Parts: sequence; structure tokens; C-alpha cells
Amino acid sequence: MTGESTMVSIYIMGKQYEVPDGVTIMKAMEFAGYRFIRGCGCRGGFCGACGTVYRTPGNFRLKVGLACATMVEAGMHLAQIPFYPANRAAYDLQALAPTLGTLRQHYPEMTRCLGCNQCTRICPQGLPVMDYIAAAQCGDLEKTAHQSFDCIMCGLCASRCPAEIVQYNVGILARRLFGRHIAPPARHLAQRVQDIEAGKFDDELERLMRMGREELQKRYYARDIE
Amino acid sequence: MYTPEMLGLVKTVEQSRERRLKETFPRLTAEEKTNILRSYHPDYMEGSMRPVMVGPNAGDSMPHAHADLLESRSLADVDGLPLDKVDYDVDVLVIGGGGAGTAAALLAAEEGAGVLLATKLRHGDANTMMAEGGIQAADKENDSPAIHYLDAMGGGGFTNIPELVRALVADAPRCIQWLESLGCMFSKDPDGTMNSNHGGGTSRKRMHFAHDYTGAEIMRTLRDEARNRGIRVVEFSPAVELLTDELGQCAGAVLYNLETGQYLIVRAKTAVIATGGSGRLHINDSPTTNHYGATADGLVIAYRAGARLVFLDATQFHPTGVAFPEQIVGQLVTEKVRGLGAQLVNIDGEQFIYPLETRDAVSSAIIRECRERRKGIGVPSGYGVWLDSPMIETIHGKGTIEKELPAMFRQYIRFGINMAELPIIVYPTLHYQNGGILINDKAESGVPNLYVAGEASGGVHGRNRLMGNSLLDIIVFGRRAGKNAAEKAKSVRLGSLTLEHTKRFNEELRQLGLGRRVAPILLPDYRGKISG
Repeated sequence: MTGESTMVSIYIMGKQYEVPDGVTIMKAMEFAGYRFIRGCGCRGGFCGACGTVYRTPGNFRLKVGLACATMVEAGMHLAQIPFYPANRAAYDLQALAPTLGTLRQHYPEMTRCLGCNQCTRICPQGLPVMDYIAAAQCGDLEKTAHQSFDCIMCGLCASRCPAEIVQYNVGILARRLFGRHIAPPARHLAQRVQDIEAGKFDDELERLMRMGREELQKRYYARDIE
Repeated sequence: MYTPEMLGLVKTVEQSRERRLKETFPRLTAEEKTNILRSYHPDYMEGSMRPVMVGPNAGDSMPHAHADLLESRSLADVDGLPLDKVDYDVDVLVIGGGGAGTAAALLAAEEGAGVLLATKLRHGDANTMMAEGGIQAADKENDSPAIHYLDAMGGGGFTNIPELVRALVADAPRCIQWLESLGCMFSKDPDGTMNSNHGGGTSRKRMHFAHDYTGAEIMRTLRDEARNRGIRVVEFSPAVELLTDELGQCAGAVLYNLETGQYLIVRAKTAVIATGGSGRLHINDSPTTNHYGATADGLVIAYRAGARLVFLDATQFHPTGVAFPEQIVGQLVTEKVRGLGAQLVNIDGEQFIYPLETRDAVSSAIIRECRERRKGIGVPSGYGVWLDSPMIETIHGKGTIEKELPAMFRQYIRFGINMAELPIIVYPTLHYQNGGILINDKAESGVPNLYVAGEASGGVHGRNRLMGNSLLDIIVFGRRAGKNAAEKAKSVRLGSLTLEHTKRFNEELRQLGLGRRVAPILLPDYRGKISG
């Protein structure tokens, strides 16, 4: 931050630090002297490395956020959850059928959902986690795939689930089944691959590769743009 | 949320929007482009580079941050390190767990090789995960690999290495098909036709995407597949040196377990460097879009083993980094925002550049608009220009931003800015290492048995990469590197493991009075600071 910043007290795993107000938890922890090995990844909300749980004064609620995208608050107590043990099935995607049976075979605990909605409440992406698990229970893979699409696999949902479901692993299995076996393959893509393998574009590419800079530049600036 | 002053300025953008919707800003001519780059692109800023003093590129100019690393001595105590106890003995060692490394590992395993993937942080911690906008491939009727070739060459200032560009464009459709077969959820029409857009400098709409989580979708799919295939992965263990044998062949690497402080010796018949880029070096003190681990480790260790680097003097600044709010300054605003029609606008509500020029040109134009013409918007970190995102809703209908740009929408709404209703403020941010380790179209470096793929390699993009050619690059060359490294491993006979090349390099540094720092640095150090 530029200029003079107001400082606030935060408690990192119980230990008090003075940090500038208005910065993210991640930057505050670094300011306080941390050099992350775990608990820090893309720093931009895409990788799920920096799931953090915290409480603020006078509020019994456990709050959660990504350290890279959540602001510090005066008096907050926080801890990171950089890793959470998760059940994960191994599978041969090509050999699977996109069915409820496949989901249940790999993640039978999926049906134990109690409907407590803690997963949805905790999701830092704001995804309807319980809903996509409900869709999975009905075998609606397409819905599960789309509703879980923005998942960054931080693991916070699984950390709160009383039924011990690993929601994000159910999500990726559903998405891959959908992408591979339900969404129709792109025909134009298959055609183009065939044409390339038949050598249809070889001559033209060869000619371009041999072309001098001047000629290339002339063609480039004269090319038509869709 | 915006300050009242900023909200006042938004009015000017809103008032000019209707007029601008009908307006196409003229594209740059070849001459105009050359001039704007020379005058405003950070690559040409005086004092930003110096010739490196040592190694295969001695005498070549590059940013100080890169030269500093290449002139550094080993991190590991190479004289005292025992090499007789081998911790892993494999056919192919892949260094780096991003998109290129994972693609390489999958293909190498498919060839029957014993593979170890070593990575500095978690598997999937990489710039791949953060790539938003898309991946190029010429697979539509009105497009062809040749047109893609011409676009890529023009984008790179006609300096790209032709055989690499040919590999890139000719493999592209096959690579998309591979990802599709792995269940990657590309955005498609109900009949399977891929949705596709323009990117800066493309002449056809060949940008394939998965909303604006394209890289994340590719990365998590590849990682999931690697887990399914049982590929061995060792996390939190960056390579800090390559190993060679007495013939000078690459023979593995020394890993450093970040959590325990132990060194691990990997003997490998071939190795693939897929360590990514270098944004966390903060070249020109710029904030960056890059992952925490982007510190050029692979360049450093390959350089000591004799690999040649190219185009390190060409750094990509993404035109649209966040300039406000300050908490996320420098983070990426995907080019897809402009691909969907948003214009760049100055404080007076005027366009000043065609929004889909190549990145080097758009960045230069933004810098000119703010620095010379003084038509930027003041923000705590300096200045920025408007990116008129609400235009997207006008052009494509209400709700398009939340549907097509969910990550961007989320990024801003967290700070109380609804980009579907209000324009956002952007400024160029350090984004991509255009250059890297020189490879050929087999992904071979000059060091025997050493392959390189992805951002760590150089040549395919020349001096400036196009949007969507990086996700493509990591798949094309990741696959080539993995396949070729596995094939080569079948015939490799290794001698005994040594660190002689490093010892020689350290000695050369000592004689030149260099080597006071150590490298690779592995992670940036933001302790006691507020990072950019």
C-alpha cells in the first residue's frame, strides 16, 4: 500500500501481529514475516492453495476465504488449511459409462449427504456445492458438471462435511464424464485433424517457412480479418 | 469500491459509450507499430537491461533480474553433495508440474517410460492454472494452420523460429482433440461445435475456451489423468541443479525438499524442463500476473549445463492488469474481455488504440496514453485506463459477463465493483517470458538428453506471444518433449553422475568476481513488505 496505512492487530494461529489495514490475508502474513511454502499458489483465486478459516470478534460464526482474496479485519483469528486428506478414486475415464452407477461405484459415500448445507456455506467460490451433490445423487451429471465448473479444489467443503464426502472429487469425475461421454465431440475438429494427418496443409506451410521477412510482413498486413 | 472521484469519471465513459459502440478504431500500420514499440514498450526502456557476463549467452543483453540469476552461484553445496546414493532411478525425469510438465509426463508414460515428475510446490501450481482466456487452434472451415502460422509470426515481430511455429500450428487441432478426449469441458454448442473468439492479433476466431477458467480446466484435467495413470509425483521438491555424466549428457537432477531441507538425487536417462516463467522476478519492478513459483529456476540450471537462451530481452507485459482496487493490482484481466468487445478508453471517454492489437502494441499504447498524453485515471499505484466492460452486456446481452467471465466477475465483485455495470481500470502488468531455453521442434535443448517445454523454452513466440498460443505451446511441446524423451531414454547409456559442469561454472564466476548471490531463488521474498 502507498502512503501511511492504519495498522490493525490480527492473530495468525493465535499469535498477534500488527499489519496494514485493507490488505489481503496473504499479503498481511508476508508483511508479518511469513515466507510461504504451503498455503500460497497462484495468488489470484484460481488454485485453491490458500483456504483460510477465521473468526472475528463478537461473532461465533466460523468464516472462510481464500487468503489471496480476503481482506484482514481487526482482531481476526485465522489459520490456513493448505491441505486436507481426501478420498480419491482412480479410474479409466475412457472405459466408464456416464451414469449414476459410475459415480456411486467410485464415491459411494456420496449418498450419505445429510443436507446440512455446510459445504455451500463454506465455498469461497460461492458455488451451490450441496446442490451439485444432490444432482449427482440423481445421476444428473450435466448439472453436476456445470454447477461445479468454477471449483478450485481448495478442499474446504470436504473439511466441513459431516458425511465425509469429498465433493470436489465427485465434481471433477462428473465433469470429465460429461466432457468425454455426454458432450458431443466437435466434428470440425476431427475433420481438421484428419486433413492435417493427410498432409493437406504441408505445402502451404513449407512455402511460408521459406518466405523471407519482407514477404511475410507484406502478407501479414494484407491478410483479411474475420 | 470506487472513490466518488472515480465514479464521477465513469460518467464520461458512459456518456461516450453509445458513440463508441459504432466506432472502430483504426489498426496500426507496420510503421506505426514499430514506432510505438520503440518509444513506449518496456523492452526498449533505457537502463532496463545489461549483457550477461558468463555462460553460453555471454555478451547478450537481458533484464537485470535475469542476468543477476545467471551470474549467481549454486544454491546447493555442489562440492560436498554425495552423488553415490541415488534416491530415484528413472527413465524420464520431468521437472515442473504445470501444464507442459504434466502433458510430458503423460506422453512419456504412454511410451512405456518410468517417469518421475518433480515439482516445486503442489502438482498443478503453475501459470497454466491461471490462464483464463483461451487456447488457439485452426480447426474451423474458414481457418487453416497456415493462417495461424502467419498470425503467430506477425505477433512475434517475424522473429519466431519457423520450425517451432510450424509444430505449434500443425499440432494444434490434434492437441485440442486430445484434451477433448480427456474430458476437458470446452465451451461448445449443443451439436459439439467449439465456441471460438478473437484474441489480440488473430485474423480468425480460433480462441477455444472453457468460460474464463480455460487454463484451470486444462490443468485439473491433466493432473487428474496423471493421478489415474499412477504417475509418480514428488511435490515441494524443486530441482536446484541438473546432473551430468562425464560425456556431458544430462543425467538427472538434484532436488531440494523445501519442507525437510534434504537433497534428493535423481538419476534419469532423459529430463524435461517444464519449470515455467519468471514473473516473480518483478522485471522493471512491475507487479505480475504470475504464479508464486515463477522464478526462472529451469533457465538457471539448464544454463549452467550449457543450454543456450533466446529472446530473454523480450518480456510480455499484458495490457490489462488490474490497476484498481489496490489489493489486487497487477492481477490479470483476461484478453477475452476485449475479445467480447470491450474497448480501452482514456479519461476523456475516447478510444486510443484498436483493442485487439497484439499485446506489445496495446501495452505500449496504454503507457503512452498515461505517461505522455496524461489521459490516464489516477489510482494509488499510479495510473490506468478504462476497460469498458459494460459494453459486453450491451453487445451480447445482459448476464453475458457472469456467464462468460465468471472468474473476472468474481475477482471484482469481491471488492464491491460490478464490472457488468461499471468499467474497470487497467494498466500493463508483467505477464510472460517470451524467450527461454532454445529448443528445436523435437523439444530438444542443446544439452544431450535435455528437453524443454512451455514457458521455459524460447523461440516459438519470437519477441511477443499471442493470446492463446501459450496454453497451446505447453500442450504441443509438452507432448513432443514427453514422447521424444521417452523414446530417447530407450537408447541412452549413462556414465557416472557428476556435478562437474556446475563446479566449472562456479569457478568461472569466481574468476570474474561474480557469484555473490545464489540461484535458483525458488520463491520470491516478500517478508516485511506488501508485495506487488
